[in-house]
Amino acid sequence: MRTLIFLLKKEFRQIFRNKALLPVIFVMPIIQLLILPLAADYEIKNISIGIVDHDRSTVSRDLINRIVGSGYFRLVDYNASFDQAFKKIESDKADLILEIPTRFSASIGAGDPQKLFLAVNAINGTKANLGAAYLSSIIQQLGSDLILEKQLSSGSAFSSINVVSSNWFNPTMNYAFFMVPGILALLVTMVGAYLCALNIVKEKEIGTIEQINVTPIRKHHFILGKLLPFWIIGIVVFTIGLFVVGYGVYGIVPQGNILVLYACVALYLIALLGLGLLISTYSETQQQAMSVTFFFMMIFLLMSGLFTPIESMPEWSQWIAKSNPVTYFIEVIRMNVLKGSGFSDIKLHVGVMVFFAIFFNSWAILNYRKTS
Amino acid sequence: MERPAIKTHNLTKRFGDFTAAKDLSFEVAKGEIFGFLGANGAGKTTAMRMLCGLSIPSSGEANVAGFDVYRQTENIKRNIGYMSQKFSLYEDLTITENIEFFGGIYGLSNKEIRDRGSALINELGLEKEKKKLVGSLPLGWKQKIAFSVAVLHDPSIVFLDEPTGGVDPVTRRQFWDLIYDASDRGITVFVTTHYMDEAEYCNRISMMVDGEIKALDSPSELKKKFGVESMDDVFFHLARGAKRSDN
Repeated sequence: MRTLIFLLKKEFRQIFRNKALLPVIFVMPIIQLLILPLAADYEIKNISIGIVDHDRSTVSRDLINRIVGSGYFRLVDYNASFDQAFKKIESDKADLILEIPTRFSASIGAGDPQKLFLAVNAINGTKANLGAAYLSSIIQQLGSDLILEKQLSSGSAFSSINVVSSNWFNPTMNYAFFMVPGILALLVTMVGAYLCALNIVKEKEIGTIEQINVTPIRKHHFILGKLLPFWIIGIVVFTIGLFVVGYGVYGIVPQGNILVLYACVALYLIALLGLGLLISTYSETQQQAMSVTFFFMMIFLLMSGLFTPIESMPEWSQWIAKSNPVTYFIEVIRMNVLKGSGFSDIKLHVGVMVFFAIFFNSWAILNYRKTS
Repeated sequence: MERPAIKTHNLTKRFGDFTAAKDLSFEVAKGEIFGFLGANGAGKTTAMRMLCGLSIPSSGEANVAGFDVYRQTENIKRNIGYMSQKFSLYEDLTITENIEFFGGIYGLSNKEIRDRGSALINELGLEKEKKKLVGSLPLGWKQKIAFSVAVLHDPSIVFLDEPTGGVDPVTRRQFWDLIYDASDRGITVFVTTHYMDEAEYCNRISMMVDGEIKALDSPSELKKKFGVESMDDVFFHLARGAKRSDN
């Protein structure tokens, strides 16, 4: 026990004396939390649209006004010829072209089905798809409004099915509410795996580990002395992220039990620190450790459902996502913070994280040798 | 007769089909300064790592401070000090913090750490520097501090792996004064070196060539035996036939 105290004292002194590391631990997470949710916003605005209006009627003008007034589109071209407008797509100035045929308003008035032509620049698929979807809904709205008008003026009874959806757990569809908890998970992951692996390998690189190995320090003391500081720092970083940035900046209040949330963070950190330790036992230099950790981080983060829903991946890659500890932690943190899920809802996740904690740590401890 | 501090018999270490150290058999008496000489790659460090419990021997026997190198490595570690070729204190801790850390992990009480720490700092005249980071000190000072820290817990044996590499002659002399002090306190000193003038300071030396001990005696006996004037000549005489040296 006394040995451990001396080890912890040494680690904290070294960490707080490292002028390059401190900002990485405490400033970087805050900046990431402030910037990333903005960049990872899937609500697409400023879609450039070109409109080819052959009709030039009040109805077509109404449609154009609705499109521009929706706030999602920017009218970059208003032209009489499709070929002219298409040049805008070719030169990447327009994402969409809407072609309104002649006799558009006349045939709507006559109750004929009408065809509007939509050309989509699908290089940025997400933007194009969403733009097309927004546009369809605007056009449909116009259509039903026109029918309604007609029915009212003719005095006939009308009935229509109106679907109203409401967004649960994130009623305003605020993207930050979805991303901030996920990015918090990312930060905890980085602190856990990266810093822990680098710290241990640094001792190998400068040779002090040889000095430690020749002392009576027990293996488990040394390992605990390395893991505990980053476990504590991970929890501190999480707290700063959750309360200072999450609550202070985005106004996110965790809906679930905060003790359950912290228990999960603590557990998850043990698993990730185990991974860091494992990587360090296989690396001789910080460069090696960094490259290996970077590889795992890329896969772990992109395959975790942080940015894209796991359900939309092909089945084989869903298996990768399901054997990824980060996936479970991101789900837990989102469920707890946004939905207020209790322990019974996340039992499976906790079980998986316990498994990973035991798996990584035992492997690492077996592989860590004081002697050769 | 008192039990020797170190006793080995046919101690061997193989890495694959390469035999780094072959059939080493020697004894080191308590309080002796034992020099371990040899060209680069002769197997000195391998031998020393086995004796410190850092490396498990492939075959043979060795007993260090009364403990077996196969089964009692943790007991050995409690009873030895070690200072390696690479600088072995933490450069981003101050002198005082290094003393506290290494004293602490060898189980010294807080009072012992304080008392022995301040004695050490006085002895080396580092009163003004004790709050400085070790990394900011000149190499010679670092080596002296590292040695003093290695014997802070009064080990029965201290292993020094090329402790004076890259250090100027004056500092080397001062370093050897520290070694003699430790030896006077009854600490056995096991030291590897490249410097033949340092070999003269040892009570006895062993010469390793290609993983084997080719000669073992006091410096004066060795010179007599080979009919030469200096340890340099002894070294050349023995190491000339080496196949593994890198020069």
